[in-house]
Amino acid sequence: MRDFVTAYRRELIAAAVLAALLVFYLITHPRGASTYVLTIWANQCAILGLVAIAQFFAVVVRGIDLSVGAIMALTNVVGSHLLSGTGIDLAFGVIVVVATGAACGLLNGLLVVYGRIQPIVVTLSSASIFVGLALILRPTPGGRVNYDIADAMTLDLFGIPTALVLIAIIIFAFWLPFRRTGLGLGIYAVGSSQQAAFQSGMPVATIRLAAFTLAGVFAGLAGLFYTFVTTTGDAGIAPNFTLNSIAAVVLGGVLLRGGTGTLIGALIGAFILKTIASLMFFSGIPSLAQPLFEGLILAVAIAVGAADVLRSKHRLEVFGR
Amino acid sequence: MTEPNLPIASIKGVTKSFGATIALQDVDFDCYPGEVHAVLGENGAGKSTLMKTISGVLAPTSGTVFAQGKPVTFKGPADAMAVGFVCMYQELSLVPDLTVRENLLLGAPGSGLGRLKGGALPKARELLDQIDGEHIRFGSKVSDLTLAECQQVEVVKALIRNPKLLILDESTSALNSSVVDKVFDLVRAQRDLGVAILFISHRFHEIEALADRISVFRNGQRVETFRNGDQDYSTIINMMVGQRIDELFPPKVIPKAGAEPVLELRDFAWPPKVKPTSFTIKEGQIIGLGGLDGQGQSTLLQGIFGLLKGTQGTILINGSDAPKSGPLAAKQSDVGLAYIPEDRKADGLIQAQSINENLELAALGRSDLNATDHNIYKPSLDRLELKHGGLDLPVSSLSGGNQQKVVLAKWLALAPKVLLLADPTRGIDVKTKTQIYALLRELAEQGTAILLLSTDYEELIHLCDETHIFYDGGIVRSLRGEDLSAQNIIGASLNIPDVADHKGIADA
Repeated sequence: MRDFVTAYRRELIAAAVLAALLVFYLITHPRGASTYVLTIWANQCAILGLVAIAQFFAVVVRGIDLSVGAIMALTNVVGSHLLSGTGIDLAFGVIVVVATGAACGLLNGLLVVYGRIQPIVVTLSSASIFVGLALILRPTPGGRVNYDIADAMTLDLFGIPTALVLIAIIIFAFWLPFRRTGLGLGIYAVGSSQQAAFQSGMPVATIRLAAFTLAGVFAGLAGLFYTFVTTTGDAGIAPNFTLNSIAAVVLGGVLLRGGTGTLIGALIGAFILKTIASLMFFSGIPSLAQPLFEGLILAVAIAVGAADVLRSKHRLEVFGR
Repeated sequence: MTEPNLPIASIKGVTKSFGATIALQDVDFDCYPGEVHAVLGENGAGKSTLMKTISGVLAPTSGTVFAQGKPVTFKGPADAMAVGFVCMYQELSLVPDLTVRENLLLGAPGSGLGRLKGGALPKARELLDQIDGEHIRFGSKVSDLTLAECQQVEVVKALIRNPKLLILDESTSALNSSVVDKVFDLVRAQRDLGVAILFISHRFHEIEALADRISVFRNGQRVETFRNGDQDYSTIINMMVGQRIDELFPPKVIPKAGAEPVLELRDFAWPPKVKPTSFTIKEGQIIGLGGLDGQGQSTLLQGIFGLLKGTQGTILINGSDAPKSGPLAAKQSDVGLAYIPEDRKADGLIQAQSINENLELAALGRSDLNATDHNIYKPSLDRLELKHGGLDLPVSSLSGGNQQKVVLAKWLALAPKVLLLADPTRGIDVKTKTQIYALLRELAEQGTAILLLSTDYEELIHLCDETHIFYDGGIVRSLRGEDLSAQNIIGASLNIPDVADHKGIADA
């Protein structure tokens, strides 16, 4: 128990903050706590949550992915072309959307691992490529999506928002089993100390490749879910989501130096960020001033994350003590 | 003990070079089942390179590694582990952000990237308890453990991989002797099961207690292999030293009568890494600091220059107290300290800046000097014959030796009273070395106190008037005159009592 609290203190703090914010939000909301209000909230949070998971996989291996928003935009646009059918067509569309995300992530990974280029440079340039592709596929927002599946994914199941059910599936059917695999352990080992991981006989290159690919997969899932929520394709959504994904992982206790943090923490961070944004919507702050406040909150979140880096053992050798 | 015919691990004709440096040269080496084979040699003799070659961390430049008689090519440590070669590394292979349990599972046999198997954990717990590790909980994060606890975990991590060859690369350096004894019991038990053990240690008594055979390495070559007990200490040390002729060094000068002390340390300490240390450098003297890596001598130099917080004791320069508040205070003319750091690439120079800009960095912040006046650097640059393609080029365009000349020139422009040098000639060509030696002697004659840390004992013998040998954070012996010999330096570095008249076992 002691170890659990020590190991997950950042996640526990973030979860407490989220709970408080959610209660406050439901009280402030003009329509009060209802399935409708919760569903809208959950959908917004889940979109950012999925991008934050994507960012988490890049950050945990001591990387960063500035293309998650771009992958999301590209998959969203692909989705807006392929998700209008039914049955087999629809299933095919979903698979292509997620595969597109995976391919983008794999490309990033290959350039980082075998091209030996820093992740920040690789993903900065690949982001432009992905957005460029998205713009060619859909120069102006639009497109059509099968409303049955969109509703099924974005409304509620017996009063519980479907978005939350999907998030629960990711945690219990993917993350917790994944954490008990060599790959799940390996991403932390590579992020924390690449040399130690190598000397322990871990395939470091494969692990980093897998981490970037997983980032692509989850960015693709974010794009897919965004398509269901908005039922249109829009190539212009990238920058906002990329920035917010970094802020979300930092808020959720994932250190940017890699090797620590959890997928659950990244999710909580995303939920906090979206809840704050929604609170502001109802708070009467003039809409033109909202970016100012959002920016301030992001700055504080990142400063808190950075302070944690200082507390860790990465101090200068000289000037020690 | 009879030797079975087939060695578990052997290498034939292995050479490993890093650029121009040859770390291993045409080495043949065997390790048989059921024997503890110890490898001895001074720093840079090629011991760690040998271990890394056998454990798959480094690939040999030429030559072949054999596993049970079959030639093998390791792409990485994973391949070496697959044939049963397991190494406990000097630089630990534990991941700081993971727990003890997770570290034990990392790369454990049969796991790979798939589902982790916890089958070895009960055995790991048992082994950990046997070496006084009962208090180490599996749930603790490795970054919260002490170095000794990390080494205990490292030992267990290696053992649960069921090695056929177990390599111990100074893996007990932080453990106290009772724990070491228990680790050795485990190692002996492994040996008796037919495991081959390869063992590097700088503690002579450990080798004496554990080894069946001993190989001595020098300058990347295997000098000799013999049974433990067949050779006495002085013979072994002579093998490690070898014979080297050097005409590199300027003649020593007889100190002037009544020379004044320039630098005086009184109980200077930085616990726990540097124990209270006192010595004096008089006008005209070059004083050496020797010992194995990491025994506190390099930390001492940083401390004198004010790079460490919380140093204790007194530094007197020409009789007055020197401040310990940092480099800016230390380089002022009333103090007059200059420090040439060990890692010139990272600490001595800013690689992306030009030679001119780098030269100015030390003089900046001295109100009595005009840093942009390049005439103040010219004399030392000419004296050292800096070879460059233009002083506006980045300093990274220079060779290692020429980079070191820039570091020296930038500090000499300040006309320091005390010059602290941390291994200034490491990895530098012979000609530059000679130039630096001559310069140091000249500076000493002009009254600069010179404190020279060196890993090359030739420098300590031929350049220094007196050499203090560090072991475990303090001076164990001060050598001068006739006593300043390679044998004595190595003996003292390993903390063996005076080699000439003792055959006893030294306590570390």
